[in-house]
Amino acid sequence: MENQTKRYWKGLEELRNDETFVKNAHNEFGSFEANDSTQYKSIVDGIGSDRRDFLKVLGFGLAAVSLAACDAPVKKSIPYLNKPTDTFPSIADWYASTYAEGGDYASVLVKTREGRPIKIEGNKQSSVSKGGVSARAHASLLALYDAEKLKGPKKGEADADWDTVDKEISAQLASIAAKGGQIRIVSSTILSPSTKAVIADFTAKYPTTQHITYDANSVAGLVKANGDSFGKAIVPSYDFSKAKVIVGLSCDFLGSWIAPHEYSVQYVAGRKLNSGKGGKKDMSRHYQFETTMSLTGANADYRAAVKPSQEGLVALALYNKLSGKGGTSLGADVDKVLDKAVADLKAAQGAALVVSGSNDPNVQVVVNAINSALGAYGTSIDLGTPVYYRQGNDVAMNGLIDNVKAGSIGAVILYGCNPVYDHPRGAELKDALSKVELSVSFADRADESSSLCKYITPAPHYLESWGDAEPKAGFYSLQQPAISLIYKTRQAQSSLLKWSGANPDFYTYLRNYWKANILGGENFEGTWTKALHDGVVEKGAAAAAASVGAVAGLDAAIAAVTASYKASATGLEVVLYEKVGMGTGALANNPWLQEFPEPVTKACWDNYASVSQKTAKELGLSQDDVVKIEVKGKSVELPVLIQPGQANGTVSIAIGYGREKAGKSGNGVGVNMYPFIQNKAGFANFSVGEATLTKTGDSHKIAQTQTHETVMGRRAVMQEARLAEYQKDSKAGRYFPHVSTSEGIKSPTEITLWDGYQKPNHSWGMAIDLNSCTGCGACVISCQAENNVSVVGRQEVINRREMHWIRIDRYYSSDADVMDKSLSGSKALEIASDNPEVVFQPLMCQHCGNAPCETVCPVLATTHSTEGLNQMAYNRCVGTRYCANNCPYKVRRFNWFKYFDNDNFDFHYNNDLGKMVINPDVTVRSRGVIEKCSMCVQRIQEGKLNAKKERRRPVDGEIVTACAQSCPTEAIVFGDMNDPASKLSKLLAEEKEGRAFQMLEEINVKPQISYLTKIRNKDVDATKAAAKEAHAEHGGH
Amino acid sequence: MEISLFLKRMRSVTQALLIALMATLSQQATAQDGDAASGETLFNNNCKACHSAKDEVVVGPGLKGIQQRRDLAWLVKWVKNPNGVIQSGDEYAVALYNKFNKAQMTAFPAFGEKEVKDILAYVEKANTAAAPAAAAGTAAAGAPAGESAPSDLFTYILVALLIVMLLVLGVLMAIVSILSKAVSGEATASAGTSFSDRLRDGLVGLSKNSAIRSATVWFFILMVTKATVDGMYGVGIQQGYAPKQPIAFSHKLHAGQYKIDCNYCHTGVNRGKSATIPSANICMNCHGVIKKESPEIQKIYTAIEKNQPIEWVRIHNLPDLAYFNHAQHVNVGGVQCQQCHGEIQTMEVVEQRSSLTMGWCIDCHRKTEVNTKDNAYYDKLVELHKTNSKEPLKVADIGGLECSKCHY
Repeated sequence: MENQTKRYWKGLEELRNDETFVKNAHNEFGSFEANDSTQYKSIVDGIGSDRRDFLKVLGFGLAAVSLAACDAPVKKSIPYLNKPTDTFPSIADWYASTYAEGGDYASVLVKTREGRPIKIEGNKQSSVSKGGVSARAHASLLALYDAEKLKGPKKGEADADWDTVDKEISAQLASIAAKGGQIRIVSSTILSPSTKAVIADFTAKYPTTQHITYDANSVAGLVKANGDSFGKAIVPSYDFSKAKVIVGLSCDFLGSWIAPHEYSVQYVAGRKLNSGKGGKKDMSRHYQFETTMSLTGANADYRAAVKPSQEGLVALALYNKLSGKGGTSLGADVDKVLDKAVADLKAAQGAALVVSGSNDPNVQVVVNAINSALGAYGTSIDLGTPVYYRQGNDVAMNGLIDNVKAGSIGAVILYGCNPVYDHPRGAELKDALSKVELSVSFADRADESSSLCKYITPAPHYLESWGDAEPKAGFYSLQQPAISLIYKTRQAQSSLLKWSGANPDFYTYLRNYWKANILGGENFEGTWTKALHDGVVEKGAAAAAASVGAVAGLDAAIAAVTASYKASATGLEVVLYEKVGMGTGALANNPWLQEFPEPVTKACWDNYASVSQKTAKELGLSQDDVVKIEVKGKSVELPVLIQPGQANGTVSIAIGYGREKAGKSGNGVGVNMYPFIQNKAGFANFSVGEATLTKTGDSHKIAQTQTHETVMGRRAVMQEARLAEYQKDSKAGRYFPHVSTSEGIKSPTEITLWDGYQKPNHSWGMAIDLNSCTGCGACVISCQAENNVSVVGRQEVINRREMHWIRIDRYYSSDADVMDKSLSGSKALEIASDNPEVVFQPLMCQHCGNAPCETVCPVLATTHSTEGLNQMAYNRCVGTRYCANNCPYKVRRFNWFKYFDNDNFDFHYNNDLGKMVINPDVTVRSRGVIEKCSMCVQRIQEGKLNAKKERRRPVDGEIVTACAQSCPTEAIVFGDMNDPASKLSKLLAEEKEGRAFQMLEEINVKPQISYLTKIRNKDVDATKAAAKEAHAEHGGH
Repeated sequence: MEISLFLKRMRSVTQALLIALMATLSQQATAQDGDAASGETLFNNNCKACHSAKDEVVVGPGLKGIQQRRDLAWLVKWVKNPNGVIQSGDEYAVALYNKFNKAQMTAFPAFGEKEVKDILAYVEKANTAAAPAAAAGTAAAGAPAGESAPSDLFTYILVALLIVMLLVLGVLMAIVSILSKAVSGEATASAGTSFSDRLRDGLVGLSKNSAIRSATVWFFILMVTKATVDGMYGVGIQQGYAPKQPIAFSHKLHAGQYKIDCNYCHTGVNRGKSATIPSANICMNCHGVIKKESPEIQKIYTAIEKNQPIEWVRIHNLPDLAYFNHAQHVNVGGVQCQQCHGEIQTMEVVEQRSSLTMGWCIDCHRKTEVNTKDNAYYDKLVELHKTNSKEPLKVADIGGLECSKCHY
């Protein structure tokens, strides 16, 4: 392994080899320590109990067993009274629907079993979301079964019934309208054209109504800039696949900017490689300039850390350099990357794309000018096909809050939004809302805003509702309910129709709307049924607008940017960002999302202040220290997280936390940062400004999963190369271990003590392309939903006991030479860690052919199948955990507790409604057993049975694991390696002499899962390459 | 994607069915009339629940002379889609519908001209040769009655043998003691004692023998242990469990006497994991007309009126940790219902006949040959197995004993 010139580490504690890290690495099962909470210590948990307790339990157990044996409980079997014709118990029904919440969009397929939705998957028929579903959309399923939702309408604090509420609201609306009082419907982005028609009808009835849209994470600046530059106030369609050079300026387009999943698919399409003959051997190059280490920055080939106060100047410098004018220097590190980016952009005229995440219209105008100069319009940017994901108008929303404060608004209707929580001026609204005569909210719970409203008329979850969406001009999708109403709720559209005196049947309304506007009257029944079945109707985009002319207002924008940004700021700056999983915080009461490790920091159940190593050293901070951050008169206390890649002198904090009225899982988790958002000329600005930071002396442990599983210093886990090296030799970066034997040097795969297993029928396996994996984590939640993976809570994550079957290992690395033992060499390693390269590696059970876990199990609970699966029989497991000890990949999970029906784990498994999400084909594991990835054996069995029933072999693609299914970029390919026609077999055949490697080949465990090397589109450093070759010759023995 | 794939698959299956149908049709093209044998199967599986082949009314009219009443084209149309014919305003159909209390006949969309012809052929045959068929039916019924007899007899013989052996042992011991006394010269002294005394002495001596004593004690300890262990194994096993059901439904009557196909009510058995307990609307297919006044049937009416499903007591309780799929066994494996559920057609009250233990499952998987006939899924496996072994391909040979086949 010595031939690895790169050093990988999962966290700084690993790089520094901290004491706790080393201790934990050798003791993979966290034991109870003195400072552990003692709440779990009891007889029933079997922890901290002595011999007497043991005997008591034993005696009780025996008595219980003998009593239980006397009389078996009577179980009822209740059939349908009147069975629907095409539904059969135990056979899943699938419905096409649409997830469109607050501007997030995905066309989805909903799997229902016995009438309850249990899984969300992507609809590959949609050319917009292309089968991609984000972690959040996967997790949105659980919100359906949230027991803390309202069970019916409310008037103030009291429960009310719909008739009363309708009568009162209609009467008040009428009286307000009669007085000429102003009515406002406030919403987050609404993608549904029919809902907008409903609002238009409502406005027709009450003419003083205005619809105001705002987004918690706004791109209003971009819309404004496009309006200024080209007279089109829209968000254009981007196509990252058409760009050979991509430059991101503080723009997390793979994680949280506008439509990250759509962009991920495009982005990865431009980066896929193929080692086969005539395969694609070229990929796009990605530069990223940003403050926070984002998911996008982690995927970039070249990345430079800039301070938020420099953000505008980076765009300006790029523009100046492209047009041949000199620009101000932003520091040597940034300038170097900038110059390189400029050279590449120039060379890639017509195939380049620059995107900025800034909400400052001036910066966006400059970016428009850059894109115009690069010929991006008409190729990678399409102004002719607007997207509607973000329709928020910051200026209008600010105006509304002013009006509410002034008392000039008669009625406010909140629709799918929570402005008291997620608007920067939420506190002002909170105080002023009482001045409004009539306030109504459609929220599903009494949240921060709706609890202040006079009425809450709860709308059901999207899986209980009819609806539609138009994410992109000309691309429609339908939303159909997959379950009947759980509570006495009513769709917001029906309520609005009812109050405007129309027929409240929104289904009929929707049909008529589609008949009149989308499908047309000709053979409507047929086209409507097809649209419902497919989920999408795509009329296609208008012809891409040709390249645009001069960018209007550029000079003014340049002047404004020059005035408001500084090249070299010295103060400590705070910047806000949106997390990939938690998003804007609307789904905060979702334990799946709370426990979802943020892709880069791998932290969950908190937000925190990310600072760079250098800044931490300067300020004397260490991880988990609680600091008080004061900005412009507001202050907040947060724990510190030391983040490699974070710009020096900056603090990044996530929005979406600090909910007060979300529910048990969301309340009090983290701190609400929305009040810190700045108002810059009417536009929400996430760059908060200069702050003072003081240590409070407290400590708050951040639940981070990053170093929980260690591979014990085996470093050939990750294999990567640079594009030029790969083009020369498709095996570049691969590691070929050798073992010295009495018969000479051999490959470890040639010597074995094992007989191996025959796989006569199927050989299930996966290939995971590290170059296609962006690390988004959709697979983690998809797996959680499919396999009933328990949520364990913050404290148990800190105890290193998270249960996720698939994790995405995030490794940092630097190209400093680890062989260089000199002082300057180790120094280089340390410096490099300030802006490291990042690589993501999804890791689940590798289903080893020579499985180390199987040989050590004393009770044969884990065994091998003839289809290549490593099986786990929970009921056989006695919990010795030897298997987990012996697993080289650390993918086995131990159930320390019973996570269901347990008040210590009060998440969705603790109530009947929450349990409805359970996949009935997968056992819910109990305390004391090991569990792990089963390669979705329930899906394999189901697929095989379907094939057998039809007297044929399974077709490639009909059986697919939850992780592979959910991967938007198709980084995970699942299939039967015994079927030469399968996509997997073909891929492995091509990559066998190329990028395919098996993790830890040196221990010859023969995994069923192969990885494809990560290729970076970085220039090869000549001296380093030579050094590498030299090591390759010497090392590896 | 799944949906479209499913549709595609459905299409290919329908196509395959059509091709098969056409093949059989062309085979029989020479014969004007249908095949009475296949008609009988079709009739028994699909029609018999409601129609008699004679002229008595069951639910619907008797089929005797149906060919004289209606022409073939009408019948095919009717069988395929009775509702459509009624809706189309066909006079005869509407009259029929009204005559039978507006109970509509079940549609058989899969039936074509061939099926209808076969059934008609059978109806005709049944009416010409009714007598011999009836005689054949009764003969078959009595067969399974004496099944337990051999094992009982065996036990009696064993017990008898044991008694004989004990007696022989006693006699032998007595002889041994006599002989040993004779050898030691006591023969004359004890000459006067009776045989019974000697036998008693022998047995007393036997009981004083420590080896025999400890053997006896051990024997009893082992017996008790075995009984305990057996008892423990029986914990949770509900073999013979025959709970009272909310409605006294008789399988003996429906499946035995009326020979209604199991599939007719347990509609899921070929499709999915659960065979499904029929919903009330399936009962109503027949009981909408038959025996409406029976108090048991009235319970179904009450359930429908109250919109309350019937809560049957579950008899076969497989633990949650085991996954069992009916379709795999019945549809793919071709296993008869009776193999696991016993002679269900003779049960007035259904009881659990099999132990449903893992050992019972495994045992069957070891013994049972895979039903590979006409199933392309197994083709490769069969070929491979033939090259390695001369034994038939058993379930165990294709991974039927692996944990993850049932536990996940």
